[in-house]
Amino acid sequence: MIRYLLAAFAALMLCAGVSAAQESQDGSAQVSPIQALLQEHAALIEKASRRTIEPAIAALRDSGLPEARAVLENWQAKELWQRKEDGLFFFAEEIDRSTYRLIEIDGGAPVGEYAKSDIDQLKPNSGVRGLIAAALVQFQLMDPNPAKRAEALDAIQRDPEPDHLPALLGALETETDPGIRAREERLVRLLTITYGDDEAARVEAINSFAGDLGVDARAALNPLLATRREAVAGDLPTDLNIARELKPGSEELSEAAAYSLLVDNDLAPARISAADRRAALETNIEGGRVGGVPVGQLDTEEARDRAYAALAQAGIVPPTATAADLAAALDAHVFFDRYLEPSTAITDAAEAALARMNLRVGLNQALDLTLDALSLASIYFLAAIGLAITFGVMGVINMAHGEFIMMGAYTGYVVQQIVPNYTVSILVALPLAFAVTFAAGVAMERLVIRWLYNRPLETLLATFGISIALQQLAKNIFGTQARPLTSPGWLDGALVLNDVVSISYIRIAIFVLALLFLGVFLFIMRRTRLGLEVRAVTQNPRMAASMGINPDRINMLTFGLGSGIAGIAGVAIGLYAKVTSELGSDYIVQSFMTVVVGGVGNIWGTLLGATMIGFLQKGIEWLNPSNTLAAQTYMIIFIIIFIQFRPRGIIALKGRAAGD
Amino acid sequence: MSQLLEVSGVSVTFDGFRAINNLSFSIGPAELRAIIGPNGAGKTTFMDIVTGKTRPDEGHVLWGEMNQSLLKMSESRIAQAGIGRKFQRPTVFEDQSVRDNLMMALKKNRSPWSVLTFRPSSADMARIEELAEEIGLADQLGRKSGELSHGQKQWLEIGMLLAQEPQLLLVDEPAAGMTLAEREHTTDLLKQAAKTRAVVVVEHDMEFVRRLDCKVTVLHEGSVLAEGSLDHVTQNKDVIDVYLGR
Amino acid sequence: MTGTFLTRNPSVPIFLACLALFTLAVTMTSEAAGTGALSTSFLKTLGKTLCLCLVALAMDLVWGYTGILSLGHMAFFGIGGYMIGMWLMYARTEDIVTASMANSAIPPTEQEVVDAIGTQIFGVVGSAEFPPIWAFADSLWIQLALVVLVPGLLALVFGWLAFRSRVTGVYLSILTQAMTLALALYLFQNDSGLRGNNGLSGLQNIPGLTAVPQSQLSLWFFWASAVALGAGYLLCAWVVSGKFGSVIRGIRDDEARVRFLGYSVEGYKLFVFTLTAVIAGIAGALYYPQAGIINPAEIAPIASIYLAVWVAIGGRGRLYGAVIGAAFVSLLSTMFTGGQVPSVPLGFYTINWVDWWQVLLGLSFVLVTLFAPKGIGGLFDLISGRRAPDRHGADLGPDKGSFREQEAEQ
Repeated sequence: MIRYLLAAFAALMLCAGVSAAQESQDGSAQVSPIQALLQEHAALIEKASRRTIEPAIAALRDSGLPEARAVLENWQAKELWQRKEDGLFFFAEEIDRSTYRLIEIDGGAPVGEYAKSDIDQLKPNSGVRGLIAAALVQFQLMDPNPAKRAEALDAIQRDPEPDHLPALLGALETETDPGIRAREERLVRLLTITYGDDEAARVEAINSFAGDLGVDARAALNPLLATRREAVAGDLPTDLNIARELKPGSEELSEAAAYSLLVDNDLAPARISAADRRAALETNIEGGRVGGVPVGQLDTEEARDRAYAALAQAGIVPPTATAADLAAALDAHVFFDRYLEPSTAITDAAEAALARMNLRVGLNQALDLTLDALSLASIYFLAAIGLAITFGVMGVINMAHGEFIMMGAYTGYVVQQIVPNYTVSILVALPLAFAVTFAAGVAMERLVIRWLYNRPLETLLATFGISIALQQLAKNIFGTQARPLTSPGWLDGALVLNDVVSISYIRIAIFVLALLFLGVFLFIMRRTRLGLEVRAVTQNPRMAASMGINPDRINMLTFGLGSGIAGIAGVAIGLYAKVTSELGSDYIVQSFMTVVVGGVGNIWGTLLGATMIGFLQKGIEWLNPSNTLAAQTYMIIFIIIFIQFRPRGIIALKGRAAGD
Repeated sequence: MSQLLEVSGVSVTFDGFRAINNLSFSIGPAELRAIIGPNGAGKTTFMDIVTGKTRPDEGHVLWGEMNQSLLKMSESRIAQAGIGRKFQRPTVFEDQSVRDNLMMALKKNRSPWSVLTFRPSSADMARIEELAEEIGLADQLGRKSGELSHGQKQWLEIGMLLAQEPQLLLVDEPAAGMTLAEREHTTDLLKQAAKTRAVVVVEHDMEFVRRLDCKVTVLHEGSVLAEGSLDHVTQNKDVIDVYLGR
Repeated sequence: MTGTFLTRNPSVPIFLACLALFTLAVTMTSEAAGTGALSTSFLKTLGKTLCLCLVALAMDLVWGYTGILSLGHMAFFGIGGYMIGMWLMYARTEDIVTASMANSAIPPTEQEVVDAIGTQIFGVVGSAEFPPIWAFADSLWIQLALVVLVPGLLALVFGWLAFRSRVTGVYLSILTQAMTLALALYLFQNDSGLRGNNGLSGLQNIPGLTAVPQSQLSLWFFWASAVALGAGYLLCAWVVSGKFGSVIRGIRDDEARVRFLGYSVEGYKLFVFTLTAVIAGIAGALYYPQAGIINPAEIAPIASIYLAVWVAIGGRGRLYGAVIGAAFVSLLSTMFTGGQVPSVPLGFYTINWVDWWQVLLGLSFVLVTLFAPKGIGGLFDLISGRRAPDRHGADLGPDKGSFREQEAEQ
């Protein structure tokens, strides 16, 4: 009901406006209210500067005139013109380069054509435009279109101004959309923290954010705790909001820094720098001596001090503080960080709120880290599972395993060159990569590895030979630059839980893929004839052979299976890493570590190994965030130490069957 | 204390399987002893425990005059303390000559430095000739031991054991794969050795054990079933059950 | 066991004679001797090759004789290079800095000189401070000692940890590879204190010898490398000739058996591992002044694997095999990757050896492993008529990682 009334009222006002405009056209002496307002502030508007324009904009904003918004918008867009003859303001449209048609602000009636030289364009600078934008926000907040209102809120969030606070409070009164209302409420609280007048209200707003995870809340709180480093003579001042006192020579404040703080605040004379002193000495060489000290002796600090002191004595150079002066000056002053915010209540509340926030952020970061670690673990698991099969089940070290991963990734790349649809191409690439690497694995087993059973070190070297050949081959075919393997659109983006925790869909997909493979592997090993035969051959090849199992065939298939999985892992890894010929070798050592740490011959061991290495690497990276290289170094050292305690991995075969 | 080796209350479990169960055993300084038992009785595991290859879950293994515990010592320390072991399969260093094999086994300081600077004296060479004579390989000294026949390798290994001059010899199935003549030679070697030291022979072959003519310990399911002369134990009802009853 | 050391090891005098002849021939044809038949850059290549032969000797001792396939010896080689490189770079920069500062009106203080050197050396990694590991960089003698001590200590600690926990066979190989990777990754960082991936450069300029032309310097380094190789060969031959050699070959073939003979296998392995690490460090210290530059990529695991490849192709378990393998493969590799071998036009495709050499190397390596496990050294058996016995499937001994005679597989 109220809404109808408002609408009716607005319509009435509009009619009144139109009639007023007509009136003004009749009698030129009479100006419209908006023109009158503009004329009132004409001096400010003509010489608009950020510092002085405020009253003019405020007047327009608060005038309640319907044209105010249009004026502000046009002014901001540099489309407000002033007629030179009488100083009246108009909108304008260009007819040709030198002629403009002026348009009445109130009512939009054309006034006439004017030469460009007869009118002035108002060109507010960026500071003024910013203020205008802030004022406009108020209008936008009242815009009937919710999208516009949300846009205004975005603008406020991006660049909050003190003026926004009353505007928001006003908007809050009439807002009906619950989503926008919630955002407005939050913004009001945020702005209250920064711009509120009332200390109690600010503290309350601060407390309302305790435990909040939003980046915006932290961004609002952190400036409250901004400090400035100061020094005063004598005792610690009591009238300032002091964060902490600092002792010169401590970790936070070195003596040199403390002294230069004094110098900057004109509390102590400057100390000449070593370079300046040297220059001063150089310019004052007289007959091979400086201040009576022979130049040849000036190769110690002490001699230079002496020479400079002599020059200063003679008044040639300005005197400089000595070490004793420095110590005395430091003694005579107290150094402290003080909050720029004068109110202790507010800084205390902000400290407390931030502490609780940081705790929650920390917890959420731990969660985020866990997710990261899980996804890294699933990548290692994918990369290592094939290796675990060949190494664990067959006792064969395949150094070319990394190159099988690479082959899988390149297979994916080639498929994408042929099949343009990314979703389809991935679905084609996965089985194709399996097929390609399966074939390569079987070929390698037939041609090389089966001649080297029982000679593991030679297998290692022979497969290494294959590895370098394959790597170079890939380089020759695909070149050295990285090839993209693009994931389908529905895998772009990330699952965002809150401002701290998010995980990209690709990583989730890889995690799912890893779980899938664990399942497939367990199924093959436990539920199929092939798995039974593989287990039989692993445990006792001779016995298995005498039961009619062909160990050659089983070895071939096992090796093919391990290699095929490497191919699929290659496609998965290629999706989020660039495909290069070195792709495989980047993962091979980690894969070996995974298998060794986990314990040979057990898929659960590999899973545990991958989990451990993934978590370890992420954990170390978190402790030392600047440096992933160092993280890897420490991780390997940790693994070497781990091997000390569990030489056979996490899940070790025990007893005589272990064959040690 | 008259016993050279005393094993008491030893148990070992592999993944839930009790290979040795509360085993007690002892042997004097100059004694020949045969250990028999069906497959899986724990004969080899027993040797593994004494030589330090396997650590028991509980029990004591005491050694020598000083009653040293062997459980804390590494394999090489145990070997240096005077326990020599011959494996079931002949394990000699096939890539090296018979002489090198014997030289390596000769009782000398085993530390890397003294081995590095070691140069054989004429006494050492004489001792090796003597040992080779004893094991019937005197004319094979320069040959690569990989070229020897199976029986010769067994002897070479026994020769290496003797060269170590251990106080206790653990011999695992020395007669496996030997011809009759070779067996007799082996029996003589072992009997000869047992005059000056303790010898424990693990054997399946009853004929061979009979020829050794010594005290016999029967193992079954990881513990001692019977002990005494061969005739005595073969009369034992339990032993008959274990060997023949199933 | 009769006769002197040299008569029992006929390969030693033959090898030394060959090395001496080779050195003489190279010296005669070098630019320094005036004939100039041999360019200085090729002389450097030969000198470097001798260093590689030395590290291959170490690899043979640790792998061919003791059965430890270490994938970390090139890391020790690199560390040796870094240690000497630190002094070379420091002293050379000091020379330059002092020379430039000598022109200024006031003589520099010691601190100014050190600061200027720091800025020169660490400018590329955005620092001017000397990291603590450069504490002794100004002393040639201490850095020379570190060439031996750092690889030795690292090998001692790593070996002690690894051997103590009875890590053997491929596990040990992977562990050494991991160690190498860790070291390389560490050095790749800018704040490792060794100039990150820039490495150390300008090492070919020997401080104090700026007046000596490179042709002469190269010859000196060539001689030093030859002497080191000769001495290393003698040392290795002496180590493997006696009972110690028997024991380590025993460890290679059947570790458990050696243990039951009363030898502390761990002690022997540790001894050999550390000794060979020291040899590798010395070889590296001679190599990098000839190469002129060292960076972390030289330490990456792949380098150590190549080392194993050389030894395998040359023939492991015999010292001259390692030397031949290293010389043969590394020289061939230099030729192929240096573009000195003409491309092969096939009509539809031209085989450019710079691109295809790796493929060829990899495949030939597989072929050698499969068909000629004794490597090039096996050819000498054909000449001397030595033949291994045919054992027709005799027992192999329990240690799967051990060196085996080929016929035992039948």
